[in-house]
Amino acid sequence: MATTTRTIEVELSTTGLDAQGRPQRVPLATDEAGNLVPMTPAPALEPELEGEHMLINIGPQHPATHGVLRLVLELDGETVVRCVPHIGYLHCGFEKIGEYRQYNQIIPWTDREDYLNSPGNNVAFALGAERLFGIEITERCTVLRVIAMELSRLISHCVWLGTFCIDIGAFTPFLWIFQQRERVYTMLESWIGARLTTTLTRVGGMGADIPDGWTEDLANFIRTFPAVLDECNTMLTKNAIWVGRTVGLGAMSADEAINYGLSGPMLRASGVAYDVRKDFPYLDYETYDFDVPVGQTGDVYDRFLVRMEEMRQSIRILDQALKRLPDGPVNVDDHRVILPPKSKATSDMESMIHHFKQVMEGPRPPIGEAYVAVESPKGEKGYYMVSDGTSKPVRWRIRPPSFVNLSAIPKMVEGHLLSDVIAINASIDIVMGEIDR
Amino acid sequence: MSDTFLPVVAGHAEDGRVAPPSTPRNVPYQNGAPNPSAEALRAQFADAVQRVDVVWGETTVFVDRARVLEIVRWLHDDPTQQYDYLSDVTAVEYRDLDRPIEVVWHLRSLPHRRFLRLKTLLPKGQPLAVPSVWDVYKGADWLERECYDMFGIRFEGHPDLRRLLMWEQYKEGYPLRKDFPLRGRFSRSEQLRQILAQNPEAKYSMEELTVLEAFDELSLEQRNRLRSGEKVGE
Repeated sequence: MATTTRTIEVELSTTGLDAQGRPQRVPLATDEAGNLVPMTPAPALEPELEGEHMLINIGPQHPATHGVLRLVLELDGETVVRCVPHIGYLHCGFEKIGEYRQYNQIIPWTDREDYLNSPGNNVAFALGAERLFGIEITERCTVLRVIAMELSRLISHCVWLGTFCIDIGAFTPFLWIFQQRERVYTMLESWIGARLTTTLTRVGGMGADIPDGWTEDLANFIRTFPAVLDECNTMLTKNAIWVGRTVGLGAMSADEAINYGLSGPMLRASGVAYDVRKDFPYLDYETYDFDVPVGQTGDVYDRFLVRMEEMRQSIRILDQALKRLPDGPVNVDDHRVILPPKSKATSDMESMIHHFKQVMEGPRPPIGEAYVAVESPKGEKGYYMVSDGTSKPVRWRIRPPSFVNLSAIPKMVEGHLLSDVIAINASIDIVMGEIDR
Repeated sequence: MSDTFLPVVAGHAEDGRVAPPSTPRNVPYQNGAPNPSAEALRAQFADAVQRVDVVWGETTVFVDRARVLEIVRWLHDDPTQQYDYLSDVTAVEYRDLDRPIEVVWHLRSLPHRRFLRLKTLLPKGQPLAVPSVWDVYKGADWLERECYDMFGIRFEGHPDLRRLLMWEQYKEGYPLRKDFPLRGRFSRSEQLRQILAQNPEAKYSMEELTVLEAFDELSLEQRNRLRSGEKVGE
């Protein structure tokens, strides 16, 4: 695999690189000549603990755990010896509830699992249900869904970048990037009426077509958003503090990352170019021109770079999708799943029957099963649905990417400092709503 | 703005993998082309492969429960298969309560760009146990724990099989089983009473307790259970 050589030019004040090529992380002082020198270390005053280990509990109510994750850490001094994560504090039984709901009624639940990526989840679920029904969606719907997925990737990465910065101690990029996130939410609001829990799709189509003038809003966003990314790039990418806090942390080799089932930016940062959009395409992603960024070492810094680059690639995809957005119907002409116009229900016998059947019984897919995976901002998000021919699924399974990514955290934090645990955890980009479901 | 250090690699084709596919269209309901790995499995494990289904373009291979680990290891290691990525481990129970529970593994081969679903049947009335694939895929750890937590299926060989999403003292059973009522087994007031009555700080595994020395602070019942060698979460 061809990769470019990576040199990080550290421009801010540091005394140089240490033996491993990492910027030295020492407090600085100024000597008589005005040069920066490492401060003379103070004599160790720590009492001799004779190797006694300490147990530290982080969470579930801790802002740096991004929700209700609980980590029990065994520390030797400041170094993590062992990490035992506990999850389940947000468990709501989504999969159980889904077995008692019709397919369209499940879509609101998909908003609420990975709530930073609601439009993407809606699209993913609709794709799965359509596979189960054997429905081919319309051209316009396909492109609209690509727009929804990429916008949702952007807002999710925006939250990730903002909270990641705050966890490491940089507050300003959080404000910059959340302003941009707000713009996307405003666009979503004018599209579907909701901001966070969008319920954007229906089986066989969308909840609504985009309103007039929406494409100009999107074009404006595509034009102006990269400048904010550039600002964050200037602020962070070569910042000595940032580099010092992220390089070399939580590294996973490519083989390990695959074996641990990591996906998304976590896997790609380790150098594995697995992207569902490229490898198992859906929504005609193979016809879009975009690159898959991969890292080399799989550390926190690489994950940061990969996600930053993914945002730029998302903008590229959005630009292409906007240019090819065709006219035409959004919903399929299939009255098994899409209601005929309401006006016809009172004048046309068949339309009335379709209304009655769909509302009272719900659409029934044939007996079968489907596993549909999409590339969510966190990784491979899969919906596995099993139908026994009734209007409600026998089993609705969410394959949550951040659940599997998080399961590797004991491996990643071992041997690192306590403060690095926060950075590593932030780099996984977890959403507890998705992990606990 | 210099982006020279951004780790961008374009495209996929150059690293020796098969050419990328395109979005599937007009997928047939049944009788689609099966995944070539199904045929290879038949050739390799003739007596262990029970059935091969192709529904909506996805191949499902039903295998013998006792040989799951062997089959998965072969799929992982064989150079013509290379199923190096475990997407998901889950189970399906049908509304017809006489139907066996199915344990489902979703495997991916990243080099060959293939997707395969393995299934094994667990008839009702027999112990719900399958071999763990943790030995082959470390990612199976939490997936199997969740499956155990939700369905009560034991994954034999899993290093740390205890409840994951539900808490250790959870007594109501396995939530995703069809005989489990949607609102829980006990009344709302009883559920609330049980939650308030428990000590959330006691949710440590035996492993952690050796460090914490909090063993003495547990209730007598919990101490007895842990002393008797019972694993946490059962």
